[in-house]
Amino acid sequence: MIVANRKPFEELLEFIKPYSKILLLGCNECVTVCATGGAKEVAILASELKMHREKEGRPIEITEHVLERNCDPEYVEGLRPMIGGYDAVLSMACGCGIQFVGEHYRDKLILPAVNTTFDGVTEEHGVWAERCLGCGNCILDKTLGICPVTRCAKSILNGPCGGSQDGKCEVNKDTPCGWQLIVDRYKEMNMMDKYMEIQPLKDWSTSHGGGPRKRVREDLKI
Amino acid sequence: MSASNVEKILKSGNFAVTGECGPPRGADAEVIRKKGAHLKGYVDGVNVTDNQTSVVRMSSMSASLILKEMGFDPIMQMVCRDRNRIAIQSDILGASALGINNLLCLSGDHQKFGDHPTAKNVYDIDSMQLIQTVKRMRDDGKFLSGEEVKGKPDLFIGCAENPFADPFEIRAMRLAKKAAAGAQFVQTQCIFNVPKFEKWMEMVRGLGVHEKIYILAGITPCKSIGMARYMKTSVPGMDVPDELIDRLKGVPKEKVADEGIKIAVEMIQRMREIKGVAGVHLMAIEWEEKVPEIVKAAGLYPRPQIN
Repeated sequence: MIVANRKPFEELLEFIKPYSKILLLGCNECVTVCATGGAKEVAILASELKMHREKEGRPIEITEHVLERNCDPEYVEGLRPMIGGYDAVLSMACGCGIQFVGEHYRDKLILPAVNTTFDGVTEEHGVWAERCLGCGNCILDKTLGICPVTRCAKSILNGPCGGSQDGKCEVNKDTPCGWQLIVDRYKEMNMMDKYMEIQPLKDWSTSHGGGPRKRVREDLKI
Repeated sequence: MSASNVEKILKSGNFAVTGECGPPRGADAEVIRKKGAHLKGYVDGVNVTDNQTSVVRMSSMSASLILKEMGFDPIMQMVCRDRNRIAIQSDILGASALGINNLLCLSGDHQKFGDHPTAKNVYDIDSMQLIQTVKRMRDDGKFLSGEEVKGKPDLFIGCAENPFADPFEIRAMRLAKKAAAGAQFVQTQCIFNVPKFEKWMEMVRGLGVHEKIYILAGITPCKSIGMARYMKTSVPGMDVPDELIDRLKGVPKEKVADEGIKIAVEMIQRMREIKGVAGVHLMAIEWEEKVPEIVKAAGLYPRPQIN
């Protein structure tokens, strides 16, 4: 899932300063699962913003609306009958959703209420962590299911670097060293000989290095 | 064989001594000349760090050239943090063209530790692949693209390894990988925990790696108790035993620096007794003026001249 964090309240107040009527948009997908931009978070933010503006003596009208998905045209098009009545849209969807809504309604400003951070998993209730950078050239077979590109702060393919200590990354003592995890896995699977293979240079052209990526399935086009 | 003096010393079977010179945080060449002057005649080669700890400094290539002009054999460090494969290959050619004959291939400290923690890092390739890149350009005369290098670089290829980082059990294997990739010499992280280093060397010998790569043991004299403590607690991958700190604490305040030098000299003696150690790499951080004293006390002066 795509994980996002809500932006600081003051930043959001600044965004909506010029407006008196906004649409606060949420999404039922990833940002709901990571408890950032679902119906509940939309309701909380709407109340917070309204209360603050009320206190300032500049009340604001906020309509809460949560789309099933902000990254799919059929849902995004559903906004058409209502979107015209608002000064701006404050979106709690991920960066993809924010952009996509903007592409559909070019006369509207779509403002981000969240910082989109990573593709990750729910490690435990209330804890999300990054797992995939979407490099477009998966090597999880070589590292037995643990991605060094994502889980090593230096994306080192022949790790670990000299900063791995007590299983932790030098960059953050709360972050496991990705290469420690890989070595542990090699041992667990009795495949330490795999460690001795030198991983070749990576082709980053499949990653963002090659520019914005697109996938087309001609057979599915209507 | 390259034109590297360090390579000549090692190949002749002499116990090598390399030093280190961190470039200044400014454009004043005099700073590097002054630092270098302390080392002149006492080391076989001098490492020139590449924006170490991710703090912006004069480039390692420029500082290497300044030292070269002073008659040193510079060991230019190159990190993968700040360059992609295009810049890396370009700098390899440039370094060789300037008469720099040693290249130390490193991943580089993460930018989080430096003065520009908001920078974007590169890490297009890693240190292992950097070693392969230099070797390919030098031996096969090929760029990574497969195209021909017109005028091959002349470089003695070095790398670093930290025997004190985790997981410990792969640290000797990792050196074996680097040797297989093409590294010809290795300089280790600063050694303070000798038993652990000896254990690592035992594993290195077990894999026969000491016969494939020259191992230079990293030695850092401790100037003060504060420095020892700082290295213990704040430098990633550093192993400073309490006994060392206690020993420094055990002498009067004005004698601490002398004790630090004494420990370093003893450390060098111990390294000379370990099978497979081909030399020492002295990292007298901002204490270059003590290098002559250490080298002399360790019985490693004068340095051999090999033509």
